[in-house]
Amino acid sequence: MEVGLNHYLILSSALFCAGLLGVLLRRNLLIIYMGLELMLNAANLALVAFSRFNNNLDGQVMVFFIITVAAAEVAVGLALIVALYRKRQTAHTEDLTSLKF
Amino acid sequence: MSAPDLLFYLFAGLTLLSALLVVANPFSRNPVTSAMFLVLTMVFLSGLFVLLHAFFLAAVQILVYAGAVMVLFLFVIMLLDVKEEERRRIKAFSLGLGATGVGGLFLLIVISIFKGESGAGGYPRIEGSTFELGRLLFTNYLLPFEIVSVLLLVAMVGAILLSKKDLK
Repeated sequence: MEVGLNHYLILSSALFCAGLLGVLLRRNLLIIYMGLELMLNAANLALVAFSRFNNNLDGQVMVFFIITVAAAEVAVGLALIVALYRKRQTAHTEDLTSLKF
Repeated sequence: MSAPDLLFYLFAGLTLLSALLVVANPFSRNPVTSAMFLVLTMVFLSGLFVLLHAFFLAAVQILVYAGAVMVLFLFVIMLLDVKEEERRRIKAFSLGLGATGVGGLFLLIVISIFKGESGAGGYPRIEGSTFELGRLLFTNYLLPFEIVSVLLLVAMVGAILLSKKDLK
């Protein structure tokens, strides 16, 4: 069976679900962040596949912007985690309950 | 089966395997191991980009993700000196609920992929070369391009401000 757009889309959704599982089930802030990166990459894969099979380069430009925004997001997010760790000495979501009702 | 198809299945399997090892590694709970598997995922994904003829994005994926972003991750992990975390029990209820929810979402997406018209028309013949992408970036997408540069500046200032010692 020839590999087509659907193959790439299914792989992308599986990758997205793996990332979502990490975000939902893991308790370490850094691993949650890695799950977020996985989800962004799954979206990138879907966009590149759409771009390829529709003969339209706009999808790849979108991926370029997503990569840039993800890099900025990682820089700010990791700075936040470092600041948080300095104040609370923990990177676990279960220990951060100040805002819990 | 032709060589690109074979390579697709190879890269797809390896990508999924290493992605699953990022989120749930049965052998090690160390965040560094997860980060290393995330690097592997990025590398295999860039292989998939090459199969999709997106050569520029494949190079950027390696340079920015596997290079810069993951170095930042490893740097922070080692800066925080996160110990081999003790196995905290996740409640079976929440585990089951999360797995069911995500499995349902996956099923939903797959069904909608097969039901919907995904718009794959004709023979794919575009090449994501640097020249084409650069021209598009500096004509149709000039304004978003400039805005992204401002965003990077803001992110840089924010990161420096957040990691100052005496955070007020």
